[in-house]
Order: sequence, then C-alpha cells, then structure tokens
Amino acid sequence: MGIRVDTEKCTGCGTCQPACPFGLIDIIDEKARINVAGCNLCGACKDACVYEAIEIEQTVVQVPASDEYRGVWVFAEQRNGEIKGVAYELLSKGRELADTLKTELCAVCIGYNVKDVAQLNAHGADKVYVIDDPALASQTEDPYVAELTRLIREHKPEIVLAGATPFGRSFFPRVAAQLKTGLTADCTGLDIDTEKKLLRQTRPTFGGNIMATIICPLKRPQMATVRPRTFRRNAPDANHKGQIIKIDFNKSAVISKTRLLNFVADMSEKVKLDDADIIVSGGRGLGKPENFQLIRDLASALGAAVGSSRPPVDEGWISYPHQVGQTGKTVCPKLYFAIGISGAVQHLAGMQTADCIIAINDDPDAPIFQVATYGIVGDLFKIVPMLTESLKKG
Amino acid sequence: MNIVVCLKQVPGTTEVKIDPKTNTLIRQGIKNIVNPFDTYALEEGVRLKERFTGKVTALSMGPPQAIEMLRDAISVGADDAILLSDVAFAGSDTWATAYTLGKAVEKIKTCDLVICGRQTIDGDTGQVGPELAEMLGVPFISYVSKVEEISSGVMCVHRMVEDGYETIEATLPAVITVVKEINTPRLPSLRGMTRAKSAQIPTWTAQDIGIEKEKAGLAGSATQVVKVFFPQRTHHAEMLKGDPETQVSALIEKLREAKLV
Repeated sequence: MGIRVDTEKCTGCGTCQPACPFGLIDIIDEKARINVAGCNLCGACKDACVYEAIEIEQTVVQVPASDEYRGVWVFAEQRNGEIKGVAYELLSKGRELADTLKTELCAVCIGYNVKDVAQLNAHGADKVYVIDDPALASQTEDPYVAELTRLIREHKPEIVLAGATPFGRSFFPRVAAQLKTGLTADCTGLDIDTEKKLLRQTRPTFGGNIMATIICPLKRPQMATVRPRTFRRNAPDANHKGQIIKIDFNKSAVISKTRLLNFVADMSEKVKLDDADIIVSGGRGLGKPENFQLIRDLASALGAAVGSSRPPVDEGWISYPHQVGQTGKTVCPKLYFAIGISGAVQHLAGMQTADCIIAINDDPDAPIFQVATYGIVGDLFKIVPMLTESLKKG
Repeated sequence: MNIVVCLKQVPGTTEVKIDPKTNTLIRQGIKNIVNPFDTYALEEGVRLKERFTGKVTALSMGPPQAIEMLRDAISVGADDAILLSDVAFAGSDTWATAYTLGKAVEKIKTCDLVICGRQTIDGDTGQVGPELAEMLGVPFISYVSKVEEISSGVMCVHRMVEDGYETIEATLPAVITVVKEINTPRLPSLRGMTRAKSAQIPTWTAQDIGIEKEKAGLAGSATQVVKVFFPQRTHHAEMLKGDPETQVSALIEKLREAKLV
C-alpha cells in the first residue's frame, strides 16, 4: 500500500511538482521524490505524469458495494420540536440527487412533539419516517444513534445526509462508525457520478485553501454532513404528495450510556451566527474595543448578528462565540459585512460561501476584496455610521 | 485514573500562503504544530491527573517527526507518549484513523478516559473522537467545556450546546472531546522540558497493535479522495468608488436591487 515513483520511468521533468496540492514533491538527482508523510494518495501527481512513472498500489481486493441499497435519506434534525432549516436545504439537494438516481427521497425525524412534519413532504420527501416519543424530548445522543442506525440497517438507503450542526457533527459519525461506512464532513458540493452511481462529495480542507472531492466506493450507505446554509432551500410545494410513516421508539434496544442531568440556558451569549441571514463582522481595523459599537449599531439597523475576526477576540474586545473563521464558526448568511477585516485565509474559510459579501477596508490590496461581491476602500469610521443612518431612514 | 490524550501534528496554517503563479501551497516556512484544539485536550488531561491522581499518556498517529510534538506534550505534563507510525497507516480516513487509535487504546489496556480536541485545523472533520468512542464501545460526550466531578467511576461534565450547556453523566471508561473554553493551556516547565529531552517514546507499528493490513490506511478507509483542487479566487470585488456619500448610496442601491435589505 502506498505511492511509489518508478525511477526507471521518471525523467525528473518536474511536471508532477506543481500538480501536488500539498507541495510534497521534490526533484532530487533528476528523480521525483514524494514526501509520503503528508500524502493522502489523491493521485493528482499520477494524473500529471506523462511517463506513467508514479504508481499507487492498491493491494486489497475490492468488493463492490451491494446494489440492494436504494434511496436518498435526509436526517431532519429538530430541537425542542422545531425542525431546523438545514433539513429543508438538504431535502432540496436530496431531491436533485434522488431524481438523478431515479430513486425515492426520504426524511427521518426523531424527537418529541415535532411540529410541521408534513412540511418535510412539501419540501420533496416521498416518505417521512417519524419516531416521536417523550423519551426523545432531550437531545441525548445515544437513542438517536441507535434508532437511526436501526432504520438504516432495515431500509438500506444508498445515501444518508445530515446537517453539520453541533448535534449532527457529534452523533452522525457514531452512526457511520456503527455501520462501518464512510462519512464526509462539511460538504459544500454533492453530485452524482451517473456512470458509477456514486455520490461525489466535495469539501474544503486545509482551512479552505484546498477543495477535495471524495467518494465512498465500496461501503453503503454513503454518508455526508453539510453545513447549514450551504445549499439553497426550495419553496415548499403543497402538491408534492408523500407518506408519513410513524415508527415506535424501540426503547428496549437503546442502552443509554450517558445521562442528561440538566440544561442551563445561556442567553447572555445568544449570538446565533449559524442561523443569521445577515452578519456584520468587525476586525482589527476598528482599533479599540469601544469602536465595536459601530458594528453593533449597523447590525441592529439591519437586524443582523454581530461577528468578528480573530484579532478582536484575542484582544478581548468581543467574546469568542462571535468569532467567524477556521477556529471559530463557519457561517453562510445571505449578506456578510467584513468591516476593518483584512481577510486572512482563516477568516475567509469561515465566511467565503456567503451569498453576498461587502468589504469595507482602507487597504485596497486587502485579500478580503478577492472574495467580496462589493468593495469599498475608505475610512470605516466615516462610512459605517453613514451607512447605519441611511438604513435607519429606510 | 489513566488518561489517554489524542494529539495530531498539523501544518501551521496561519502561515499558509498560495503561490499566485503556480496556485500551489508554498511549503517553505510552514512549521508543523500540534493541532491547537488538542492542546486543550492535553491540558485537561494533565489537570484531571492533578485533581484525581493518575497518569497521562499522549498518543499520536503520524510520521516519525511527530515524535517531537509528543516530546512537547511531555514537557507540559504528559507522563509518557506513544507514536503510531507505519507506512501502512498512510491515506487513513477518519474511520481508519479511529480504528487505529482504538487498537492502540486497547493495547494500553488500563485506560479510563480518552480526551480528544473537538476537531483538527487541517482536516476539520471532528469525526475521529465520536468514531473512536464507537470503536471502543464506550460512552461519548462531545463539546465538553468543564469536568465537574469524577468519582466512583462516574464522570459529570458540562457539554456546550447552541443555547447553553447541559450537565451530563457517564460511566468510565469514556471518550470526550473538549472545546477551547475548557481551560488555558500551560507553558512547558523547566522540569518538564528536562524530562521531555530524555523521555523514551516508543513507536508502535500496525503489527504492534495487531492491525490487519486491510483495515489500516487507505485500504481500511471507506472514503477515497479522487480529486484535489484549489478554489477559484481570481474574482475581484466590484469596487464602489467616489466620496463616502457616493459609496454608501451606491452600496444601498446594490443591496436594494438584490433585495438584501
């Protein structure tokens, strides 16, 4: 197993060098040397080599995935009985995938007193499996893991998607591990390789610097999580007919290994960046903590959430739950204001998928302008208050 | 109490730059660092040892040079460290990584608690912790922001959720992942650095932990990377020019046109 350069065939031409996204190839003594330590065997160098000198060994006999697995499933997450927006976004994408595969689209909803389950049908689900039980009122993971695993084993869907919410990112890997199948986190693109009938899962990696397309060729189901607001949510269609199938909670089969003692709501840090339609973020350019008021004023005029790049958080101007970026939150609002933010890759990784990005900065060469939709070069201390006033006037 | 802390060596992406000509990563000057989220896991392990007595083992899967990172772990309070390194591990996805770590934890035997960071900054998946818990068949709690108590084999922790925190109880052994809020990692002590210098850090291979080759590395991975590419960032913003008044009214017009305000 591994990657090998055939030194007989290698001419040291160096074509493979720039092909490696991780920069792991050196030409030493006119031969390519691959630093295998950082290599994920993506094969980009192999494709680039015209002399067929790079070999990736695959020693294992590949047993193709069973084709008895059919259908696309979406885990419809709810909290306190409210279905999350990401469920509808996934159904919109799921409908596309199911239509391409000419198969059915199903939603799975687990919880207690979940409202508007029929909305899942209106958003494209042919079937909605519902497990509604008082014992599922709290989001303790163990029963969710057990029940979703049980349903998947029973019905054998070929694709299962879940939102990359804090809950989804925690419980869904456990389901994948139970099923001994692959899981791709935080996909920003999903499509079908129609020839091989495989789900092509594209995700940012390396802090958003590199995109990787991943497949799960031999195991089923193919599982992926998608961050909220990555896919567009289609309008509901009341004419889309579907079934709602109620399933009893199989309490006896669930051994809860953890026990929820209590929940303490923390409203003081109600930042809600994940669900915000509009986010106004401030950065180092604000200069001092008092100036964050400019950001808050604009946010309140827009009904927006307040975000921040990392420096203000490190300086203690604003608390960590506001931080957008690689080590903070990933957001995907309709409208994002980056004010006094230069646009380090770590920040871009957390916000560059927003629909519309407004950058306001005094440095015309700031990298933020490379991802922005509209840019304003100028003094934020003049522009931002002016903008707030104009918006207030309507 | 025996605690295992999982650590990963990652490229320090704060220094990552893309060469605008070749559109590839500039590798020079990128130092490998310990995954920042794992430093909180390590610190918590050391604090729990100090509170409840016991031993902390730092565990990492990676190339031979990751041994330096494990030495640093000893300098901030780990008692010992183990490196899992084998060419057979190359190309591991999260499933194969969790499987490999799980086999090592089983070999350590007397492990009461495994602590992981919530995610790495290179892969960003956050999947290895929960998958490892399932491999080991033990309780799992994610996003731990405080360990309240551990007594008679039961731990009680705070778990951060979107709108507050939950208090959760689990029996040991267990796997937890921790968030940044849990602590502030300490700096290495002089004594720690001396200990780290002379520490013997064993390297375990696939054979040492009894891993069948078809379950390790790329062969054991359910997922495969088929294509890697750079996101297009050639785009430039439409710049709104003029004096501030003109800029602001142009912006408002654009936002109204797009029905964004």
